[in-house]
This record gives sequence, structure tokens and C-alpha cells, in this order.
Amino acid sequence: MLIAGALMTLPLLAVFAILAGRRDFSHAVVYAGCFVASVALLAGGLQYLGGHSGSPSVVLPLGLPWIKAHFRIDNLTALFLLIINLSAAAASAFAVGYGGHLPQRRRVTPFYPIFLLAMNLVLLADDAFTFLVAWECMSLASWLMVVSDHQDAENRRAGTVYVIMAVFGTFCLLPCFGLLAGAGGDYTFEAMRLRELGALGSFLVALLAILGTGSKAGLVPLHAWLPLAHPAAPSHVSALMSGVMTKVALYGMIRILLDLHGELSWHWGAGLMLAGGITAVLGVLYAVMQDDLKKLLAYSTVENIGVAIIGLGLAIAFKGDGQKELAALALVAGLYHMANHSVFKTLLFLGSGAVIAATGHRSLGALGGLLKRMPWTGAAFLVGSAAIASLPPLNGFVSEWLILQSLFKGPAMPHWAMKFGVPVVGAFLALAAALAATCFVRAYGVAFLGRPRSDAAAEAEDVTFGMRVSMAVLAIICVVMGVIPVTVTDALTHVVRPLTGIDLAVSADLGWPWLSPVSSTRGSYSATILVMFGLSLFAIAIFIVHRLGTQATRRADAWDCGHPEDIPESQYTGPSFAQPLRRAFGGTIFQARESVTMPEPGDSSPATHQVRMIDPIWQGLYVPLGKVVDWIADHVNRLQYLTVRGYLLMMFGTLVFMLLVVAVRQQL
Amino acid sequence: MNAIVWQALQIVLVVALAPLVTGYVRWVKARLQGRYGAAPWQPYRDLYRLLQKEAVVAHSASWIFRAAPYVTFASVWLAACIVPTFTTNMVLAPAADLIALVALLAVGRFWTALAGMDVGTSFGGLGASREMLIASLAEPAMLMITFSLSLVSGTTAPAQIVAFVLSGNVGIEVSLGLALAAMVMVAIAENGRIPIDNPATHLELTMVHEAMVLEYSGRHLAMIEAASMVRLTLYIALIATLFAPWGIAQPGAGAAGAMLGLVVFLAKAFILGTVLAFFETSIAKMRVFRYADFLGGALLLGLLATIFLYVSEAV
Repeated sequence: MLIAGALMTLPLLAVFAILAGRRDFSHAVVYAGCFVASVALLAGGLQYLGGHSGSPSVVLPLGLPWIKAHFRIDNLTALFLLIINLSAAAASAFAVGYGGHLPQRRRVTPFYPIFLLAMNLVLLADDAFTFLVAWECMSLASWLMVVSDHQDAENRRAGTVYVIMAVFGTFCLLPCFGLLAGAGGDYTFEAMRLRELGALGSFLVALLAILGTGSKAGLVPLHAWLPLAHPAAPSHVSALMSGVMTKVALYGMIRILLDLHGELSWHWGAGLMLAGGITAVLGVLYAVMQDDLKKLLAYSTVENIGVAIIGLGLAIAFKGDGQKELAALALVAGLYHMANHSVFKTLLFLGSGAVIAATGHRSLGALGGLLKRMPWTGAAFLVGSAAIASLPPLNGFVSEWLILQSLFKGPAMPHWAMKFGVPVVGAFLALAAALAATCFVRAYGVAFLGRPRSDAAAEAEDVTFGMRVSMAVLAIICVVMGVIPVTVTDALTHVVRPLTGIDLAVSADLGWPWLSPVSSTRGSYSATILVMFGLSLFAIAIFIVHRLGTQATRRADAWDCGHPEDIPESQYTGPSFAQPLRRAFGGTIFQARESVTMPEPGDSSPATHQVRMIDPIWQGLYVPLGKVVDWIADHVNRLQYLTVRGYLLMMFGTLVFMLLVVAVRQQL
Repeated sequence: MNAIVWQALQIVLVVALAPLVTGYVRWVKARLQGRYGAAPWQPYRDLYRLLQKEAVVAHSASWIFRAAPYVTFASVWLAACIVPTFTTNMVLAPAADLIALVALLAVGRFWTALAGMDVGTSFGGLGASREMLIASLAEPAMLMITFSLSLVSGTTAPAQIVAFVLSGNVGIEVSLGLALAAMVMVAIAENGRIPIDNPATHLELTMVHEAMVLEYSGRHLAMIEAASMVRLTLYIALIATLFAPWGIAQPGAGAAGAMLGLVVFLAKAFILGTVLAFFETSIAKMRVFRYADFLGGALLLGLLATIFLYVSEAV
């Protein structure tokens, strides 16, 4: 009831936004309405999580008359409702103060509620038709917001790439659901679960599902659109696209692979795990080289999706091998990471929105020293950075710990591919986590610390109260989900039970604050205890220092080893911070080349330093693919200039071919 | 009950012992270089003297600069409290396994690196950037070591690994040898010792850790220095505990066992300290861009250690 009411409100808000878009207050009203609707949906999700109220379903006479629209809430849906609407509520609250001041606000506000509605409907859909319609609405609404600032050529290009990839995703999902439904044509999920797939069907469904949902989630090499499209939208929309829409895509992947598809062999899990590992490392390597704050965050999304997919792939591999307990553990880890990522990525994107609102810049090279000017945003961004760098006691570390723990059990599987593959993926994951820490030390250090690199940064003012509160709430959630992880994992076990068929106890035998999967002697972690212990050590250290020593403090100019420079350009910048990593990794992967041009002696012109990098996936995959498409288009073009005879012949030939196919099939 | 007492003793021990271990390494190095050198207990005096001095904070520094020394010290201290030194019977040991231990050390590094960038000087950024490069390779290597240890012993908790090794179920394994080599390389890198970094240098272009903390003075510097000392002790304890756990008291060993464990641990710490001093004296510092080769080597050794387990199993 609550959910239905909230969903009904969203299209009304969109209509209102179109009608009243001229008035300044209308934007605040729409976003406030979206906030209320998201909170209602959040409450709805909470109510159904745990499965005490069963999994209610409803059939509405919408859409195609012989299919109707089926909706259902089970534990998985409830969890994702929670994940999505938490971030949506924060982004909407942020947008109350933010969305009305965008230059292109009238091209964003009407589509925002539609976007929220579509994402929620994807989760609630219980038949393929509704699912795909909602999925497309989600893509189109977000596409419209990506191209809202279409004066910028960069954004137009982002829009083009995005719409092509979105079409590709749906193009894969359409036959995937077709195969799942089979010749009977019953498109409800209920019927799909009961159907037995043949060997070929099973293979194709898994492949198409991974391609279709993976392209939306940003799985390498299908990620190319993500770092273009996510930053192009206004920040509160970027937050939703990065933090939330990718989760909807992962929901689709889990729904199809683990729920609808029935039995999946472990090979798919192994492959997915490896793809996740590569995605994680490549994503973070791109991220650490970026100078644009929002692009950096978008690439870091690619990394985190990779990490979550490692957990998902492991779960599928374990499940395919019959090790249900480990499958449940890996799936809990993956889901935990998805929930975490949606919280801290939304927080970080909102933080970048605050920075843009305050300074007008999103390039790291124009920022600096913002922590002093914007203490609230700075503190919230710090929590988000530490969480995404998977530092204890925050939430990012809990999911990383769980994924590592389940990875460490991977070699228990009898297959050699897993025995050798799992350590490699483990190394990828560890590398990605360490590089993520570097990436966010760099982002935070350059943007928020040091001295301002532009006048706009020097005169920045912190954002409005509402925007600060929405960031602060997300930061607090990061801490809470990190400090009491067992409460979260207990909720997740309800979700995992129907998918893996086992009741997992993540706090096996040590009890509440101890995370000790499988058994306490296998390794345990308790953030709750560590925080209390750490805080007391912190207090003791301060007490001893102040007791033994002096408290005198003097403010002075920076020392800088004896030769301080007044100009802020003397600080380390984003590119200079990344230079050692560029040398270590960039040479082979990005073919990074640095060149320095020194002026002649006696010439007073400045020396220049240039870095040239290429995107291996764009250059190696997309550009050739584009050429092939162009070539085909050129050759197919001739068909436009045939004579009437030619066209009739073509139709006749097609007819004969089709009849032959039917004839051959009947013979077999 | 005993577990609480030993935990309390451990908390005090790691902090009290750390300056002595550092001072001892310096003293041995000085002797090897033909100098008299300061007495091994000189670091206690240094720390006390730093505490008496006023702290100078740059105008451009934010609260992160002032908080970082305490956060760094507390996180390293916390990590050191969890590594078994003389007994595995400690009440808080299950709160963190090796993965969490690696992450706790990362917390300290995260804050120090941020503090390095906080003042807005070129040296601070240089140190932070290089430190993070080292960390991005050393941390995964450490996790791969954890991986291979957990495959051998079936656990990631240091106390359980000790119990497993002491139970005698483990022979001489190639994997453990590789893991030990990787672990030593990681320890050298993480503690900023030669050949990665030189703790005694103040030559600008070769500094890593020192460049990052260049702006610190007074009690803040004392905290940073103390954190480095505790970190060195922690790694020595980690190597001694994981790869040579003999002598460590197990639960139920009683007070006498724990005292024996303490004596054995002190002996191990000084032996490893001497080895470190010999190693540092006999080798030259590396160029910055060679770090990636050195630490990439450690990462590959860690990976090989896990893969060798199956190879030896299959043969």
C-alpha cells in the first residue's frame, strides 16, 4: 500500500515539474516530493525484508492484454528497494537545495521522478515484459538527464555512446528472456523458474544475461559508456546513476543467474570472478589517473562493481559445485559490497556536487584547501573516501574482509582452474583495494587539503544546510554499517537463503559483535570491539602526551625543508601525485609516454611537460568495432538503390529461405 | 582471567619495547659502520625531548594535520596489540585477523599521507605520493602472504596459525619459504628501511617517509616517530610469530610459560634486529622507480607461495 502510493506519486511529480517548471519553487517541491516517496519506499523495503510478511504479489491489467503486469516483493527485491531508496532519498534531499540552481534545471527535474519510478519498477517486476519496459524507461530517463547539458560537445558524445550501449544491453536481455520463457511464451518469472533449459539454452541465457546486465553495471570491457555518461549528468543524478542504477543492473544479474536460471555450472562463476577481478584493477587504475573529480568517481564505480562481481562469481562457482555454505558467504559478501558502494558512492558524488556548487570547478587542478572553507562537506567526503578505500572500521572494509574470506576458501574446490584462478583473483582484489586507497588519498589530498589552486577555491563557501545534512546522514550510515556489521549480515542471510538454499550464520559461534564465518578458528573480525579498543588507546595516547609533555602550539609559515614557495603551483598536483603509479603501471597498460620540452639556455619561456596516454579498451575494441560497423553500413547502403525487380527478388528469396528453415526444423 | 592480564601486558610491552628495538638496530648499525653510536636507549630520550618542545603548525594546515599523528599512533599500537608476541592467549586477539591487521596499518598510512598533503608543500606531496606507491604494492603482497598462510593452516587468525605450526603438522614447505621471503620484503618496504627508504636520510630527493612528515615538530613528531618504532616492532613480532613461533605460550601454559615466552620473544626480537642491521649495512638504497620491481617481486612471491602449495600437493 505504502509502496503503491509512493510509486503513484512519482509520475504526478513529473507532470507537475513539466507544468510548473517555469516557477523557481517547483524544483524544490518536486525533489521534496521525491524525497518523501523514496522514504516511503525505503520503509516498504524494510517492512518486507526478513520475509515475515511473506512475498506478496499483485497482477495489474496494464501493458499487453494477454500478459498483464505482474509485481512481487520477495527478500531480494526488498533488500534492493532498501539500497536504492536510501541513496535516492539522500540524493533527493540534496537536490532540494541543488537542483533548482542548475542552468539546465528544466531539462532535469521532470525526468528525475520518472528515473526513480523506473528503477523501483525494475525491482518489483515479476514478468519479463514489465521488467524490460521499466529497464528501458530507466535507461531513457537517465539518458535524457545525461544530455540535459547538450551545449557541451563532450556531453553529446557521452549521450551517443550511452544510448548505443543501453540499446546493446536491452538487445541482449530481450532474447535472454525469450529463451527463458521458451516456446510456450509465458513471460512470468514464476513460469521461467519452473522451466528446464537445454544445454545450449542454458549457455545462451547465462551469456546474454551477463552481457545485458553487465553492460549496464559497467563490467570491463562493456564499461566504456559509464565514465562518460555518469559525470555528464548533474551531480545528484550522477550519484543515482553510479550509486544506484548500477545496483539495479546487478539486481538483474542476480535475479536471472541465481533465481530464474536454476542450475548454473561453476564455469560461469569462475569466468565472472575473473572478469570482476580485471574490472576492479582496470577501473581503479583509470580512476587514479583522472584529473576530473566526477570522472574519477565514475571509474571508481567500475572498480567497485568489479569487486561486487567477484563475490557474485564466487557464489555461483560455489553453488555450481554444491558448496552451499560457502556460496551463501560469498553472496552475502557481494551483496554487502553492493549496499556499501551505493552508500559511499552516493555520498562522494553528492560531495563532488557540493564542490561544484561552491567553486564551479570539477578539475582537481583548480581545487585545493577546501576542507577549511567547507568543513562539513570536507568531513563527509573524508568518511566516504576512507570507506571506499576499505579502511576499518568503516563499511567498505567489512565487505572486503568477507570477500577475501570467501576467496581464501576458493581453493577448496576440486577444479584446477579454481585452484589457480582464485589466488590470481585474490591478488587482483588486493591490488584494487590498495590502489583505491591511493586514488582517494590523491583525490582528497589534492581537492580538500593543501592550498587553494584557484580564486574560486580560495573563496568557496560551504553548501546549504539541507545538502550538508544529506551528506552527513550518508556518512553516518557508512560508520554504522562498518561498526555493527553483524546486524547487516544477519539481514542479508534472509535474502541469501532462498537463492542458495541454506541458512548461513555469519557470526557462527562467537556471537553478536564477532564476524566469524564458518568457524571462529578460521579467522574473525569485530569492528565493534576494535573501535572501542582503538578509541581507548587513542585517549591513552593523548593523555600520556599531554601529561608528559607541553601543550604549547605555535602557528607559523610552512617550513618545507627550508625553501617554501608562496605560489600554490609549487604543491603536488593530481598528475604529479599519480606519476609514480603511471611509471609503474601506465607504461604497459595505457602506453603512457611523458615528454619534457626544456627551453634553450638563456630562453626564459617555461618548460612544458606532457603526458600522453591511450585508453587500451577504447582503442583496441571500440574503435575497430566502430570501423566494422561503418564498413557494413557502407556496403549495406547499396540495398537502398535497387530496382523494384531487385526488391521483389529479395523478398522472394527471404520467403524461400524462411520456408526452408521451417521445413528443416520439422524434419529434425 | 589470564587472557586479560596478558593482553594488558602486551599493550604496555609493545610500546615500552619499541624504542629499545629501534635504538638497538641503530646502535648495531653504527658499530658495523665503525662508529660508537648512541646508546640503544637513546630513542627514549629523543621522544621525551620532543614531547617537551612546542609544536609548530603551519598556517595552511587543517585539523587533519593535528589529528593524524594520534590516529596513526593509535592504529599502529592497536595493530601491535593483536599480534601475539609471547603468548597467544589474549582476550582481544580474535578482534582482528591478519587481513584486518593489514587494514589497520593502512589506516595509519592513509592519515599520514593525508597529513603530508595537508600543508600544501612540494615535499609533503612527494612523500605521500611515493609512500602510496609503495603501499599499493606492499599491501597486496601482504594479503597474498596471508592467503598462502591461510591455505596451509586453514585460518587467518595469527593465534591459530601459531597453534597449527606448533602442533607439528607442518614440515618444511617451499611455500612457507617463499612467503617468508615476501614477508621480509614487505616488512622492509613498510618500515621504510634500506633499500627502499633510508630512515636516517635528510637528502631531499631520496626521502619517502621523512618527506611526508617533514612539517611535524614537537609532540606531533614524537607521535609519528613512536608510531614508526612500534611498526618496526610489530613487523619483527609478526615474522617471529608466524615463521618461528617456537617458545610462544599457548592457552593453558600458565604464568611460567608466558614468562618463558617473553624471554624467547626478546631474544628473537634482538636477533632479527641484528639481522636487519647487517642487511641494511651491506646494501645500497634503490632508485625510486625500481621500487615497483622490488615490490612487484614480493607480490609475485606471495602469489607463487599459494600456487606452489598445489604443485607440491600434486607431485
